[in-house]
Amino acid sequence: MSESQALISVLLIAAATVLTRALPFIIFPSGKETPAYIRYLGKVLPCAAIGMLVVYCVKAVKPLEFPYGLPELISIALVAVMQFWKKNTLLSIFAGTVLYMLLVQLVF
Amino acid sequence: MNLKKIASAVKSSFAPTIPVMTGYLFMGAAFGILLQSKGYNFLWSGFMAVVIYAGSAQFVAAELLSKAFNPLNAFLVILMVNARHIFYGFSMLDKYSGMGKIRPYLVFSLTDETFTVLYSAQPPQGLSQKAFYLCVSLMNQIYWVIGCIAGGAAGSALPINPRGIDFVMTALFVAIFADLLREKQNRVPAAVGVFASVLCLFIFGAENFLIPAMLLMALALTVLKKPIERLAAKYE
Repeated sequence: MSESQALISVLLIAAATVLTRALPFIIFPSGKETPAYIRYLGKVLPCAAIGMLVVYCVKAVKPLEFPYGLPELISIALVAVMQFWKKNTLLSIFAGTVLYMLLVQLVF
Repeated sequence: MNLKKIASAVKSSFAPTIPVMTGYLFMGAAFGILLQSKGYNFLWSGFMAVVIYAGSAQFVAAELLSKAFNPLNAFLVILMVNARHIFYGFSMLDKYSGMGKIRPYLVFSLTDETFTVLYSAQPPQGLSQKAFYLCVSLMNQIYWVIGCIAGGAAGSALPINPRGIDFVMTALFVAIFADLLREKQNRVPAAVGVFASVLCLFIFGAENFLIPAMLLMALALTVLKKPIERLAAKYE
């Protein structure tokens, strides 16, 4: 794509992002009480949404073809185990990413 | 607010942003390197960090920018990727009322990380909630912009093979997800999220599963409201 097309794409992506952040504040302006149902969703949806994002990240994996999603599976397992064990988010992310890069570049 | 006051506000708000600083410099640099590998230099990564300012959206954007021009698709994909922000907004409605002129910026800069810090941390002694919110939000974005520019600039200089670096996004979500799973009351909503997504991925395929998955999730969480709230009350 050309530079101006890229610029248009970036600005639209920025608009979509700000829309998702501003929407609740547009629907419920200052001073109005948030309904209990919305407060409930605000509590449970972050967990569900982040679970969805994990799935979203591995959506392109083809479990029936070589390498059978093994680099993703192994690296995700490392991140999860390190996070449960050490609780150091950055260390978990760093270790998982380095392992994944090594696996896709050198092993598989 | 004079200079001395600003300096002291920044200083006392710094501590809760340290984890975000480390993460944003690292993630921002990873993004800059990725974007550079798609043919967009550090000016692009810096510009995107200023106007978009969303980690996962920018990683997806790097992918979109390396494909054919399709603005409507880009807009819709990012709406879906960032749809979770809607629920952060719902959680901050009360805290952000009465923020006056800075409210639009606070809303614009409500990333996962800024939300987490501002939702959990209390303003330090002697600092107003307003000043604290502004300092944390602005410092976090500055870290992100610096990281993105540095990665974009270094990416063009370093002869590193970037293949696989986009896994940093997956790793971030997995790490946050693992943290959430530690809290027992989160496990049912988390399972609903994963199960709905995997089910819709099989039915609708990789390109179209997000929206049906979100609808299914909202439906399932609505149906399960009573048992989930009962469990939450039990574990609190």
